[in-house]
Amino acid sequence: MYLTIDGIEKSFLTEKKDRLKVLDNINLNVEKGSFVSIVGPSGCGKSTLLYLIAGLDKADQGEIRVAGNLVKKPGPERVVVFQEAGLFPWLTVLENVTYGLLLKKMTKEQAEQKAREVLKMVHLSKYVDSYPHQLSGGMKQRVSIARALVMEPDILLMDEPFSALDEQTRMVLHKELLEIWRKTKVTIFFVTHNIREAVLLSEQVVVFATRPGKIKEIITVPTMKDGIMPDGVTLHTEQKILSILEEELEKVLKEEMGDDYSFKTNHLHRGDSGDMGSHI
Amino acid sequence: MLDTLVNGLINGQITTAIGKSLGRILLGFSIAIVVGLVLGYFIWRYKMVEDTLGFVVTALQSIPSIVWFPLAIIWFGLNDMAILFIVTIGATWTMTVNATSGFKNVPPLYQRVAKVYGSGGFHFIRTVILPASVPQLISGLRIAWAFSWRALMAGELLGGGGGLGQLLEMGRSLGQMDLVISVMIIIAIIGTIVDNVVFSRLERSVEVKWGLRAR
Repeated sequence: MYLTIDGIEKSFLTEKKDRLKVLDNINLNVEKGSFVSIVGPSGCGKSTLLYLIAGLDKADQGEIRVAGNLVKKPGPERVVVFQEAGLFPWLTVLENVTYGLLLKKMTKEQAEQKAREVLKMVHLSKYVDSYPHQLSGGMKQRVSIARALVMEPDILLMDEPFSALDEQTRMVLHKELLEIWRKTKVTIFFVTHNIREAVLLSEQVVVFATRPGKIKEIITVPTMKDGIMPDGVTLHTEQKILSILEEELEKVLKEEMGDDYSFKTNHLHRGDSGDMGSHI
Repeated sequence: MLDTLVNGLINGQITTAIGKSLGRILLGFSIAIVVGLVLGYFIWRYKMVEDTLGFVVTALQSIPSIVWFPLAIIWFGLNDMAILFIVTIGATWTMTVNATSGFKNVPPLYQRVAKVYGSGGFHFIRTVILPASVPQLISGLRIAWAFSWRALMAGELLGGGGGLGQLLEMGRSLGQMDLVISVMIIIAIIGTIVDNVVFSRLERSVEVKWGLRAR
């Protein structure tokens, strides 16, 4: 196994000094070159898990290994694409992308050449000398992906990278991300709250339960050789995940709105053909 | 009066004084920037320093720098060093306070990004913390400059040293009102030039580069 997460526990201190358990005994194995998504209600600890893998945070118990090496601190072999692009506004696009390479003691020429290649892959060749504020949200996120890819990481950690984008931009970036994934064979660990996004992109979807966060179910998304799935199959997988999540959603909503709230009475989804054996 | 102003500029009386004053403030101001940045760094970085020194700095900042003058005279004598001291001290605390809040306001996202890419130590300070706090540092510089400029004039007025302040005092004792007013005009002009040309331009160029302001 490439990425192994073994018995991870993590709690935070609340304002009242109580211990709030966010991750409870997480065990997960991810194979090299695979695309795994984590979905779950907000606050279920999925981003926390990603930060732990990145080494930005420390677990209370358990260990995480990438390619056999214990994760102790952040490292360029496990780069993160954050929800906000997080580009440095005082650097140009090219300088932003070469930032990590120069830290790896690469010469400036080599770094720039490599950065240009990757920027070409995300279709931003024209904007190498622009400053981040001159780019649209989607372009910024592309730069952020380029900045991560240029490091040739073992694993690409993505923390809701498209959730701040508009629908059309998101669709385009989904397609591009899949192309990049097939081309580079990079392992992707993708955190999202968008079920459709998870099903569209990944091979495996890990569904998280909340309070405390733990793995509820791991679903393998049926994929075709060419990667294009019939809509019906996708929809079916989506609904399966949604029904698993429904219980969790209710738990969250009850906590937020009080116990008299019932979510079950108005279902979120309905079978497309009146349940006449359509799920067989 | 205009005659005095023009003559003073030509025959060197006012020009030398300007040179002396500017030299002094540049030195004092530079020291203040360095000290302010270093103190700001420690206050930002270590909680214990913040609890102790941070509080003291806030208190010190509220002391007008000319108040330090009697102390400075005792320490250094009535000379250049005493003036330099109050010029520096006038700018240091403001610079410290601004540097601290500038460093504190660096978005955690930038810091996380830098960490992920393996930055740390001095590289982290140089490539993330300092550039990310530049807008705030510039406004700090601006206020610090204003403070030290005032301190310089007050110091020279009392302590001599051949600058514009001393010229002012000389004009007073000779009863030469035209000289006094000429020097006042020069002081106003230099203050305005530095604020409007140097700092405003610096501020604008950063704002444009960062996209905080339309071109």
